[in-house]
Amino acid sequence: MSTPKPKRGSERVPIIEPGHTFASVTDQISKIVLTRRTPRFWTVGFLIGASLTMLMLWAIGVLFLKGIGVWGVNVPVGWGFAIINFVWWIGIGHAGTLISAILLLLRQEWRTSINRFAEAMTLFAVAQAGLYPVLHLGRPWLAYWLLPYPNTMALWPQWRSPLVWDVFAISTYATVSLLFWYVGLIPDLATLRDRARRKGAQIIYGMLAMGWRGSAMHWHRYETAYLLLAGIATPLVVSVHTVVSFDFSIGIIPGWHSTIFPPYFVAGAIYGGFAMVLTIAIPLRKVYGLEDFVTLRHLDNMAKVMLATGLIVGYGYMIEAFMSWYSGNPYEKYMFWNRLTGPYWFIFWSLMLCNILAPQTLWWKTVRTNPLSLWIVAIIVNIGMWLERFLIVVTSLHRDFLPSSWGMYVPTKYDWATYVGTLGFFLALFLLFIRFLPMISIFEMRTLVPEADVRREP
Amino acid sequence: MSERAERVPLYGLIAEFENPNELVVAAGRAREAGYRKMDAYTPYPIHELTDALGHPRTKLPLIVLCGGIIGCATALLMQWFATTVHYPINVGGRPLASWPSFIPVTFELTVLFSALAAVLGMLALNGLPMPYHPIFNAPRFALASRDRFFLCIEAKDPLFELEKTSRFLSTLGARVVSEVEE
Repeated sequence: MSTPKPKRGSERVPIIEPGHTFASVTDQISKIVLTRRTPRFWTVGFLIGASLTMLMLWAIGVLFLKGIGVWGVNVPVGWGFAIINFVWWIGIGHAGTLISAILLLLRQEWRTSINRFAEAMTLFAVAQAGLYPVLHLGRPWLAYWLLPYPNTMALWPQWRSPLVWDVFAISTYATVSLLFWYVGLIPDLATLRDRARRKGAQIIYGMLAMGWRGSAMHWHRYETAYLLLAGIATPLVVSVHTVVSFDFSIGIIPGWHSTIFPPYFVAGAIYGGFAMVLTIAIPLRKVYGLEDFVTLRHLDNMAKVMLATGLIVGYGYMIEAFMSWYSGNPYEKYMFWNRLTGPYWFIFWSLMLCNILAPQTLWWKTVRTNPLSLWIVAIIVNIGMWLERFLIVVTSLHRDFLPSSWGMYVPTKYDWATYVGTLGFFLALFLLFIRFLPMISIFEMRTLVPEADVRREP
Repeated sequence: MSERAERVPLYGLIAEFENPNELVVAAGRAREAGYRKMDAYTPYPIHELTDALGHPRTKLPLIVLCGGIIGCATALLMQWFATTVHYPINVGGRPLASWPSFIPVTFELTVLFSALAAVLGMLALNGLPMPYHPIFNAPRFALASRDRFFLCIEAKDPLFELEKTSRFLSTLGARVVSEVEE
């Protein structure tokens, strides 16, 4: 009466290197947090991250004191770095949710070794993204006006505005990402609680694990909850960047008012997000010796996702070009011509190089399975996606309908300080995460060990 | 063994197994033998255990559905109330209850409420956070979060008799059988 299940992942290259047991998987991942000495790169990285965070706080402090005029935004370009970076960061977050939710539903078991830090990446990227719209308000201390709360002015948010939709989309996304991440962590926190030798660590991990004891009934409800969360997060991740694209496409500005925006934004988000996952994963597996868990097969798969979404993004660019001609609208036509040859021509052609040309190298398996070359491509795509958002925001606004209201946008040092600062803040948060929490889901890795398959014998 | 148990109330007897197969078989046997108040403790979810132990399916999906419906209704009613009753304002001649513009917020709140229902519901049904549980008194129980598999028959099971149950657990191929104090 034995019903042998097919051995997971054994049809092709195994997901984790052979020879691992429940104990070895547990110990190798938990020792990074519990017993290994803090590596030097961590200290250096954290110092850099913390310093840049200080730089960001300085720039924000100046902004609060002097007002939005310290930024490069002006009339007509009212949306500068704030919105560019907001869209860039939020897009990066999407890969984490895709890996943790959509690939779970599709039973892509290779996601197991990368989902935890991809989710952490999502969380920290959304945290950076969330800063920008608030800073951009002009009077950030009134940010709570965006929420529907009973107030003495008897006012409500404008429900027909995509900016209000955005508030709900982003706050829901941040909350659900946090829940998903934390729920995934609970059993691993229990593992750390049971492994920790120091009293303080035992108490802190113990409180965070909430008394998890691995009961069969608990696991059953846990898995149901996790699966339902994945099912809920899947449409959510698509909706979030769709709503972000509505911020643009609901407006009538040439280059924005287009129906290609939602799918093109979602694909771009996943594209840029996978680039960021690779940017993080490749050094991480090297430094912490996690090549057994994050194998070349993982890198190969992620590179393929990047290539596929990159091609969708390329299709988006093509349709934008086609529609600007096919619409017969002189403003649309001029907008596109201006992107190619106007004052921001350099951004456009760099974008083509970074986002369209560079990822074509991923057609070759040697590029996909060579960590260094893949890392370089991922960095280029990260830059490319940032340039794309710059192009969309700035070139559409700086020359719209009336030549008398044309202008130029040049970011100031405060813009740059805030942007570089959020990069540092992200780095600092991420390093804290890998220092204090298991960066790979331990309990899910146990399910990939060959002995995990239950063969019932009579 | 039995003298100690008289001094401190007993929570149950716990048997340790080295691999999931043994545990699933043991859980099935214990159920066949008539034991009901028992639970297994494993380092990762094992689907076969739920059936072997005869645990009921969880009601969690229903809770999540309710959460989603409440979120959806809240969002739609709030927007409808705001735009038609409490603060009606004519924007470009659009109808006041312009429901297509209400969809994004409605969708987001549906997702938010159902996700909160899923997590809080799971924790509530599991009785977490739980600061104290007797099972942690079991020796070697820390390995339940590493590489060992445990089956615990609780003292409140009507069939539970210290000697008999202990012998029964040993016949199931358990490496160690030990008492768990309340």
